[in-house]
Amino acid sequence: MPTADAWTALGDPTRRGILARVLRQPSSVNDLARDLPVSRPAVSQHLHVLLEARLVDVRPQGRQRIYTARLDGLESLRRELETFWTQALANLKRVAEESYRHTEE
Amino acid sequence: MSITDPTTSLRLEIDIDVPQEHAFAVFTEQFDRIKPREYNMLEVDIEETVFETHVGGHVYDRGVDGSVCRWARVLAFEPPERFVITWDIGTRWQVETDPDKASEVEVRFVPLAAERTRVELVHRHLDRHGDGWQGFRQGLESPGGWPVFLERFRELATRT
Repeated sequence: MPTADAWTALGDPTRRGILARVLRQPSSVNDLARDLPVSRPAVSQHLHVLLEARLVDVRPQGRQRIYTARLDGLESLRRELETFWTQALANLKRVAEESYRHTEE
Repeated sequence: MSITDPTTSLRLEIDIDVPQEHAFAVFTEQFDRIKPREYNMLEVDIEETVFETHVGGHVYDRGVDGSVCRWARVLAFEPPERFVITWDIGTRWQVETDPDKASEVEVRFVPLAAERTRVELVHRHLDRHGDGWQGFRQGLESPGGWPVFLERFRELATRT
């Protein structure tokens, strides 16, 4: 869910642009500085605000730090569905393999 | 093939040592044994879960007292290759009656050998369930849509 901090962070159109961009594609500071009309230090500063507002996450990838959009509501739904479907596929494997071996015997 | 956005979808696969036809038949005709039992939106225990194996059919749970909960619609049914169903279940695990807020599950059965099948499952358009996340995204991406969305966002932000 959005928070009051997120609300403030999104008051700035440049930050909205950065968030929209990492939502479409996880990016490094350099990617963002290259594609947006914003200097590298300014991008870093905006990302810092977005991180504080918990609207983005960062993870290391090789020598780079990659920023991704944080969609908490979506993430928890995805985890729940992953549990459901992982169980369903495991059931499928068990039931299908058991019944197939049965018909072969 | 429709385009699947990795940020709003879930992708799983499993390899099974049975022919493609058998994997498809078991998934659909014996869905009662495939669906995890503990997920239940009825007020009573589930007697049976039924997958109606034709386009326009439903997937539903039938309770021990005869009550029925339809939670998916069959959009494509192409044995033994694939099927697509909607996911009419909201984020609070309740039936979603607005079809625009339903996500979609596609399951494909890919033969790897005579007796080996890869089952690929994609659950996509998860953002359709979002409380405002869909609007959030649209608002971010279209400058004209932003003011309208801002209001919605404010409502959400102040509620939490």
